[in-house]
Amino acid sequence: MDELRLDGNAAAGLLAEVFAAEATAALVRCASCGAEGAVATVQVYAHAPGTVLRCPGCDAVIMRFARIRGELVADLRGIGRLSF
Amino acid sequence: MSSATRATEVSTGWRPAEVREVVSETPSAATLVLDVPGWPGHRAGQHVDLRLTAEDGYQATRSYSIASAPEDVHVAITVERLDDGEVSPYLVEVARPGDLLELRGPVGGWFVWRAADGGPLFLVAGGSGLVPLMAMLRHRARTGSDAEARLLLSARSEEDVLYADELRELVEPAITYTRFPPAGWNGYARRVDRAMLAEAGLPPGDRPRVFVCGPTGFVEGVARELVALGHDPSRIRTERFGATGG
Repeated sequence: MDELRLDGNAAAGLLAEVFAAEATAALVRCASCGAEGAVATVQVYAHAPGTVLRCPGCDAVIMRFARIRGELVADLRGIGRLSF
Repeated sequence: MSSATRATEVSTGWRPAEVREVVSETPSAATLVLDVPGWPGHRAGQHVDLRLTAEDGYQATRSYSIASAPEDVHVAITVERLDDGEVSPYLVEVARPGDLLELRGPVGGWFVWRAADGGPLFLVAGGSGLVPLMAMLRHRARTGSDAEARLLLSARSEEDVLYADELRELVEPAITYTRFPPAGWNGYARRVDRAMLAEAGLPPGDRPRVFVCGPTGFVEGVARELVALGHDPSRIRTERFGATGG
């Protein structure tokens, strides 16, 4: 299963659809545990339907993206803070 | 067309790229040299997303590291074929000059190195994790950077080493062969471990910028050992690739 876990670098193209500034170098704070690090360092699971970004510290979902009937839907509730 | 659909199409930034040349690198990997009209330039370490569309409309998107230096005229990616992949077998075995692909990028802004950032550099690659690090080494050469650089490469066998000849012109690589060392080889023939990182790398006291790229297990093991050796975690940048797509 290890090899199914990637990191935020793998979501760079997807994040570029959502954010105007380059997001993998941005600092994200986990809303759940408060840990902070570059978006590039979070865990990414891209094999599920959609893409899930999880906190490497506590496993909480930080961001979730799905493409539903051609629309990209983002659930960003797990972000405590995002600084570019 | 709904406004949401329109917004998505405008913002996604896909553009056509034409395959200019396909260079076989190893039995399972090839470099695709691309013509990308309007290419905005990139930094060493960045990647692109490629999208293939089947006749029935099914689309598959994969991310590939850029192998070429920002100074090079054409954008090149190197693709390792995953046998059960949807995209890589096409890119490695079927793609021919003149073929059109859809490309988005460059993307990523964290796993990057610019000559202006300075060194020293300690690069650690597992297999085709060498690709973005090769872009850094090429960039270092093209800019005449005097940043000291070390490369430790883990490869299964000699025939799996990407860019073997050019690599030796750019840096004196330390290579470990994890599966099939060449006959008479008296160098490293084991998985990367703490002792190897200490010997082939730069001491933590030199405060090297460390870039590690490879499969997830490789990257996490190497990063753990680097921290145990005393390297500053904030100077270690990692990029994992996996078997999620291909």
